[in-house]
Amino acid sequence: MKVTIDGIEIDVPKGTTILQAARMIGPEVAPPTMCYYSKLKTSGGYCRTCIVKVTQGSTANPNPMPKPVASCRTEVMDGMVVQNITSPEIIEARKGVVEFLLINHPLDCPVCDQAGECKLQDLGYEHGAAKSRYEFKRREYEVIDIGDKIKLHMTRCILCYRCVKVAEQLTDGRVHGVVHRGDAAEISTYIQQAISNDFSGNVIDVCPVGALTDKTFRFKQRVWFTKPMDAHRNCKKCSGKARVWFKGDEVLRVTARKDQWDEVEDFICNECRYDHKKTADWTIEGPSHISRHSVISQNHYEHLNELKVQLMKQQKALGFMSIDKKP
Amino acid sequence: MQLTNRSKLVSHKTQSFSERLYLPAVLKGMATTFSHLFKKRPTIMYPEQKREYAPVYRGQHVLKRDENGAERCTSCGMCAVACPAEAITMESAERKKGEEGLYREEKYAKTYEINMLRCIFCGLCEEACPKEAIFLTDRQVPTEFERDDFIYGKNKLVEPIDKPVDVTKRQTPQVLEFKKKPGLKHNTLFDKKQLK
Repeated sequence: MKVTIDGIEIDVPKGTTILQAARMIGPEVAPPTMCYYSKLKTSGGYCRTCIVKVTQGSTANPNPMPKPVASCRTEVMDGMVVQNITSPEIIEARKGVVEFLLINHPLDCPVCDQAGECKLQDLGYEHGAAKSRYEFKRREYEVIDIGDKIKLHMTRCILCYRCVKVAEQLTDGRVHGVVHRGDAAEISTYIQQAISNDFSGNVIDVCPVGALTDKTFRFKQRVWFTKPMDAHRNCKKCSGKARVWFKGDEVLRVTARKDQWDEVEDFICNECRYDHKKTADWTIEGPSHISRHSVISQNHYEHLNELKVQLMKQQKALGFMSIDKKP
Repeated sequence: MQLTNRSKLVSHKTQSFSERLYLPAVLKGMATTFSHLFKKRPTIMYPEQKREYAPVYRGQHVLKRDENGAERCTSCGMCAVACPAEAITMESAERKKGEEGLYREEKYAKTYEINMLRCIFCGLCEEACPKEAIFLTDRQVPTEFERDDFIYGKNKLVEPIDKPVDVTKRQTPQVLEFKKKPGLKHNTLFDKKQLK
């Protein structure tokens, strides 16, 4: 099936959604997502961040679709023409979506542990308006402990349902869901029941905002002062491949590795996440790749070691060094 | 070959008799020195006497308290990440129940250090601060004998409750306008009920 997104044509198999097709082309045309998660089934369709304009439905029916559509839930048709960033209408509509997402958001980024790796921050920065027009009281909730390792700030939640899908699909026995409806909807466990499942910690990683945060990392350090390293260990429960966040020699937290769409590559178990906070527990592979547009990349010299090796080679070639020293 | 047109020919004139005597030149110099006795003195008696500083002068930092005496700083790290000299470090802690009068937000700076030897007084920390907590003032950083003494902790940076540091000169009309805005939670007056 041929589909054209922002003027770029691509051939995709049947059943692909517009979002997946756009991601195949690249990050420049892929619409931003807040609730869709490719690793979780039936996710997406809640936040409307990924809306696109379909200017031609298919070759058989070349009429445009009447309204912007959620690209994560709309499958492509042969000959479909889609506009994302090339449509001013969509840019404007997305601005509105961001405004809606931020209506009840407390904007407590200076306090929030997610700041620096928060998708809502990125979204607001890239697609949102500089000011809020909302003048009413924002909804308020008490901060809740979900188990002894996870903190829930319901005020920050955008109700993306990702954590609910994790609880449903990854962990057996669902103990965590959404209660109430509409404006009053909130993420909760039944009477603050502890989540005891081995993979429950992954709700922290899938949360696009700072609603679910790691209690063992709470207020320890701002994310951009820590250095992420890819590391692994032998784990019986999970793949053991994780990202270890250092400050000096100290391991401050362990998360799963994330790909370029900010989605977890391999879900990790709670033991890896919470109980192994010593450098000796991990085999360090090297610094994680962080996009240079992220604040986390400040003061990271990812290619420094390569440069050192090159410099050594040059010096050796010029005869400055005779000893085979490793950088 | 002449390389530039700025070169000058050196003259090798011999001094005349009066010039060799040096006396007129010496008297001329004495007259200049003497004339200064009747001019206004530029020297002032610091520290008893102080010059007026420009309103944009950037001296020693202060960590402000809010109108109820609670520390404004929430240890967000924006100043540290903005600092080009990497002079600022901090550690945060969570506010406990009953400390609402001490710290404004849920999180506060347990330690906050500025290395005054590293600091270049550029004022980027002040610009980055989202909580109106850090300001540069017209105070000078005094000299010390030990390097350690230049690392200023919270004891030197946070303003004393009874002696607030005046930063009105640095709060521009735009800043003050922003602070009046309703709906911005961190700018609204601290809720008195929370204190009890």
